[in-house]
Amino acid sequence: MRRPGPTRVRRPGRSLTLTALTGIVLVYSLVPLIWLLVNATKSQQGLFSSFGLWFAGDFALWDNVVETLRYDDGIFLRWLGNTLLYVLAGAGGATLLATLGGYGLAKFDFVGRRAVFAIVIGAVAVPGTALAVPTFLMFSRLGLTNTPWAVIIPSLITPFGLYLMWVFAAEAIPDELLEAARCDGASEMRTLFQICLPLLAPGIVTVLLFSMVATWNNYFLPLIMLKDPDWYPLTLGLDAWNAQAATAGGQPVFHLVITGSLLTILPLLAAFLLLQRYWQSGLAAGGVKE
Amino acid sequence: MTAPQARPRRLPRRRSLAGWQFVAPFMLVFALVFIAPIGYAIHLSLYRRQLIGGNSFVGLDNYQRALTDPQFWSALGRVAAFLAVQVPIMLFLALLVALAIDSGRLYGRSFFRVAVFLPYAVPAVVATLMWGFMYGTRFGLVGNINDALGVTLPDPLHPDLVLLSIGNIVTWEFVGYNMVIFYSALRVVPTSLYEAAEVDGAGQLRVIRAIKLPAIRGALVIATIFSIIGSFQLFNEPSILQHLAPNAITTYFTPNLYAYSLSFSGQQYNYSATVAIVMGLVTMAIAYLVQLRGIREER
Repeated sequence: MRRPGPTRVRRPGRSLTLTALTGIVLVYSLVPLIWLLVNATKSQQGLFSSFGLWFAGDFALWDNVVETLRYDDGIFLRWLGNTLLYVLAGAGGATLLATLGGYGLAKFDFVGRRAVFAIVIGAVAVPGTALAVPTFLMFSRLGLTNTPWAVIIPSLITPFGLYLMWVFAAEAIPDELLEAARCDGASEMRTLFQICLPLLAPGIVTVLLFSMVATWNNYFLPLIMLKDPDWYPLTLGLDAWNAQAATAGGQPVFHLVITGSLLTILPLLAAFLLLQRYWQSGLAAGGVKE
Repeated sequence: MTAPQARPRRLPRRRSLAGWQFVAPFMLVFALVFIAPIGYAIHLSLYRRQLIGGNSFVGLDNYQRALTDPQFWSALGRVAAFLAVQVPIMLFLALLVALAIDSGRLYGRSFFRVAVFLPYAVPAVVATLMWGFMYGTRFGLVGNINDALGVTLPDPLHPDLVLLSIGNIVTWEFVGYNMVIFYSALRVVPTSLYEAAEVDGAGQLRVIRAIKLPAIRGALVIATIFSIIGSFQLFNEPSILQHLAPNAITTYFTPNLYAYSLSFSGQQYNYSATVAIVMGLVTMAIAYLVQLRGIREER
């Protein structure tokens, strides 16, 4: 029974106390990022001689950026290119496969559907890293290690993405719509790409965002699969630069590690903030609350 | 799931193969990167490589070795301790922030939502390097505080403290992610429930207890399971910190680090696969138990 009258719930007023308390978590979340930004402006000497959360006398940000891009014959840009390749091929492919699969599971009743469920849900519980060593051994037999394929192929599967698309497609696409399309004689693929895709867009963006973050941030998989620094993604490259200081006779390049780290997260933070809007609407699609 | 009478009309049987064209691409790649490696790992775990005579079948010997291996147990104990402390703290923080944002009583709500989520976009490598530098006594914040105040703070990279320091890094990375999961679950609570609560004159805490927490129970169970899986797989942070704190992190610091070292420094592929399988089984068992408890409490 709905009561007559306004349906809006009376909102309690804003609270400074609550804002301040939640602000503690906010500060905790942002301080390391501020530290990174501040310290990317320091030279190697400045790093050791100045306070961590304030600028050193010398403002070396541009020198650091130039040196990061030039160091070791410009290997950083090569790593950036590799990362982009892995993200485009890996996350793009993963999103496509998850969208097709999720749609198929949500909207079709086919032989073996239950088995697919059981296998995929079971696989989610298997720790990805437990598979890494056997995957490496298998790939080395196939001659795939130390090539981009070794990083891209495993990135193509996101069980979580499949699950998300399945839930989303079940909610977002009315069965009547499919019936109508079938009556009009549209092929199944055409129905998906021309009629259902717009309805699935928020779900697709969400899966894309998560698989982009996962491939951009991947460390364990490339660490195992790649020996040749020319194929490293950024994450592995930064780790190698950091390790230089620990090796005998290695030249410490902490200022480059810090500046490189900043350059590594900037594109991702930007993508995050830009996609955030779609993503928020994707989340809000299920909700009716103000 | 759904009650029998609410079940949608079955789609016509003649479509019985149409669905496969959508699911097949995923399943093919899935077979290559999930099923085949699992099978191969099981195969490896049953054999041993001899210097003379190649591979020989040894049955469950490798498993017996794992269960009596002090290094394996030390690694497992470490991640179990880590999990018991880090996961509740992280999920509790995430829940508090989600409830605060959802209450509509914050100034700058959207800013909170985005800013707390941002660390999730930072690669584990970068997060660990940042915190690792800040922990440092040479040019980190800890060193700064020691110099400024003339005190000697405990060294976060000391062997006794390094696990807590790693816990802090992981918490920083994933509080926002879990917050977003909880927040999304809160968004789908129907407004009519809040209206009803208001009519009954329920206070805010009552609303949280009676409406909000039950509404996100499912999300809570999922987040707990993911966090447990993540803790058992702990690898990136300790592996990267090794360069900054070489004495604090052993080659068997976590089960994953152990499996990795066995494979890539020790060439003991058979035993490494065994350790990976045992860890997979432990993780699956615990995830299953958490799920059972979550479902039982719902009834």
